[in-house]
Amino acid sequence: MEKIKMKDERNVLEVENLKLYYKVSQGLVKAVDDVTFFLRKGETLGLVGESGCGKTTTGTALMNMPTPPGYIAGGKIILDGENIVPLKETEIRKRIRWEKISMVFQGAMNCLTPVYTIGKLMTETLQEHRDMEKEEAQKVMIKYLNYVGLSEDILRRYPHELSGGMKQRVVIATGLFLEPKVIICDEPTTALDVVVQAQIINLLKELKEKLDLSFIFITHDLATEAEVSDRIQVMYGGRIMEIGTNQQIYGEQGAMHPYTRRLLEATPRLHEEVEELAFIPGTPPDLLRPPEGCKFHERCDVAMDKCKTQEPELKEVEDDHYVACWRCQ
Amino acid sequence: MGKSDYIFKVENLQKWFPTRRTMKEFFAGEQRHVKAVDGVSFKIKRGEIFGLVGESGCGKTTTGKLLMKLLDPTGGKIEFDEQDVTYLEKEELEKYRQDVQMIFQDPYASMNPRFKLRDALEEPLIIHKVGKNRTERNVRIRKALNEVRLQPPEEFMSRFPHMLSGGQRQRGATARSLILNPKMIVADEPVSMIDLSTRAEILHMMKTVQRELGLTYLYITHDLSTARYFTDKIAVMYLGRIVEMGEPDAVIDESRHPYTKALITAVCEPKAGKVNRIKEVPIKGEVPSAENVPKGCRFHPRCPYAVAECWEKEEPELVDIGGGHFVACRRHEKLKKENI
Repeated sequence: MEKIKMKDERNVLEVENLKLYYKVSQGLVKAVDDVTFFLRKGETLGLVGESGCGKTTTGTALMNMPTPPGYIAGGKIILDGENIVPLKETEIRKRIRWEKISMVFQGAMNCLTPVYTIGKLMTETLQEHRDMEKEEAQKVMIKYLNYVGLSEDILRRYPHELSGGMKQRVVIATGLFLEPKVIICDEPTTALDVVVQAQIINLLKELKEKLDLSFIFITHDLATEAEVSDRIQVMYGGRIMEIGTNQQIYGEQGAMHPYTRRLLEATPRLHEEVEELAFIPGTPPDLLRPPEGCKFHERCDVAMDKCKTQEPELKEVEDDHYVACWRCQ
Repeated sequence: MGKSDYIFKVENLQKWFPTRRTMKEFFAGEQRHVKAVDGVSFKIKRGEIFGLVGESGCGKTTTGKLLMKLLDPTGGKIEFDEQDVTYLEKEELEKYRQDVQMIFQDPYASMNPRFKLRDALEEPLIIHKVGKNRTERNVRIRKALNEVRLQPPEEFMSRFPHMLSGGQRQRGATARSLILNPKMIVADEPVSMIDLSTRAEILHMMKTVQRELGLTYLYITHDLSTARYFTDKIAVMYLGRIVEMGEPDAVIDESRHPYTKALITAVCEPKAGKVNRIKEVPIKGEVPSAENVPKGCRFHPRCPYAVAECWEKEEPELVDIGGGHFVACRRHEKLKKENI
C-alpha cells in the first residue's frame, strides 16, 4: 500500500491532508477533503473536474486565503520547505502571497478597476511590496509587459481600451512581478475566443521555460489541459480521483479512473466523427450530504458493493500514476 | 399547401448600431456605426439544425436577435414561412413569437427566481391566451416537461429554479420554449454554461425533441466541436459576415477559408504529446472593432495569405464551390492548388 511519495527534492510545493471546509447554516461543506499532492519545480499541474468539485477552493487554500465562511480545517501546505498554514496573516502578506505564490483569478481580467490606467493598477501591486521609486517600478513593469508580449504604451491606457486577450496578459504580468515560484491560474482561457486562447496557452508555456516557473492550471476542460499540463489531477466531490502524467491520462493506455474516462468520453473532439456524444448521467454529489463510500459511486457504471460503503484511497498504480478506485487496485 | 422547403430566408441582412457622436461629428452631421451584422444571407431548411459559429463580436447573437425580432434590422429582408417578417406590427409580432421561440445562454439568469417552474411555463400560455383554465394549461405544461424528460413532471412543476441543477434548468428553459408549439427555436449558446459532463445530455435531449416534433433550430455557438456533432449545416461568421457555409463535415474537414482553418487549428483536443509543443496559430491579433471594418475583404489584415487584390478589390461574395459548400474568399482556388 503505497501512498503519494513526498519529500522529493524536485518538489516546490507539497500539500498534505489539506482540508478546507465551509461552515454554513445547514452544516459543514467539505469542499476540499483530505487531499495530498505535490508540484515539481518547472512543471504545470492541471486541476480538472466539474463545477463544485473543489478546484478553485484548492487554489485559494494554497494561497492561504479561504473565502469566508471557509476555513482551513487541517493539513499542511509546504511551500519551498516552509509550512504556510500556521503562519499569521501579516506574515503571509509580507513574505508569501504574491512573493512566493500568486494567483490569476477566474475572470480577473474583467475586474480591473475601470477608472485606473493599467500603469496605476500595476504600480499599486509593486509599491505595496517593494520599496521602489516610480522610475524603477516603471522599468520592472515594462520588463514584465514585454515578457507577456505587450508594449509599454499599454501603461497609459484604461482597461476598456484593451481587448480580452490583452487584459488577460496584463493580469498574468501582474502575477509575475514579484517573481513568485508558483503561479495558480484559475480558468485563464475560459472566457476567451479559441484563437486568443491558443495564444495565451503558448504564452504560459514560454513563460514557464523562460522564468523557470511552476504552474497550477485550473480548468474544467480536459482538452485545454492536454495542451498545457505535464501532470493532470482529477478532482470530484472534494477528493482527488486520479493523478497522472499527460501521457498516462491522454495516451493510448488511457486514464484508469472511471470518472476520468467518462469525462474524456464527454469531451467533444473536433476531428473525430461521433454519432453520439457520451455524457455522465446524474449530478455531482451534494457536499452537505456526501454519499458514503466512493463519492462517485452513484454515477459510476462499474460500481461494486464495496464502493458504496468504503472510500478508496489514492494508490500508486505505476510510476507517477495514482488512482483512487477499488476497481483499479 | 405546397410550402417551400425553406422555413427562413435571410437576404443581405444588416444591423448597424449608431455610436455616440463626438461634438465635432454632431456639428458636421456625421454618424459612425458599429456594423454588427453587415450583409448576411442564408436559408434554413424545414427540420434542419442550422449552426451559426464564430468568435465573440462576430455578430452571431445579433443575427439571432434579428431573427427573433428582438431587434429591427437596418437593411435586408427576412422571410419566415414565405411571409416577409422584416418589419412587423404588434399583433403580427405576437403571432410570430408563438412560432419562433428562443433558448438563452444562461439558465441561471433566464428564469425568474421567484417563479416555480410551473409558473414560468404557464406565463407564455397566459400571454398568448392559450388554454381556457388552469387545468387545461397544466396539461400542456405536463406535456412539455415530459418532452424534455423532466420526469415526473408533477414533482418538477413545484420546484423553484434554485432547486434545479444547471442541466435541469436548461431543460426547463427548453420546455418553456416548446410550450407554444413553435416551428422554430433559436438557441443561443444553450450549453456553454453547462458542465461538460452533462453538455452532451442536453444536446442529445434537444436533438430528440427536434426530431420528435419536427422542429427547426438555429444553433448559435462559438464551439466548433459541438456544432459538428449537433448541426446539419454550419455557417462561420467573421465581423458581421458569413465567410464559409456548408455541411459540418465539409466545413471542418475540407475548410477553404483561411479564417475557418485558423479556428480549427486553434481548437484544443484531449490528446497526449502536445504539452511540449508551441502551437502554430496561423492568424495574429484579435478581431478588429466592428466600427472600423477593414476595406476589401474584412479578414485581410489578419490573413496570412492576403495579397494586394484582397484589399484593393471589393469584398468577396459567398460563392458555391460545389455540394452546397460556400466560401467568401478570392483566393480559395489558388490556395487549394498550393495545398494550404
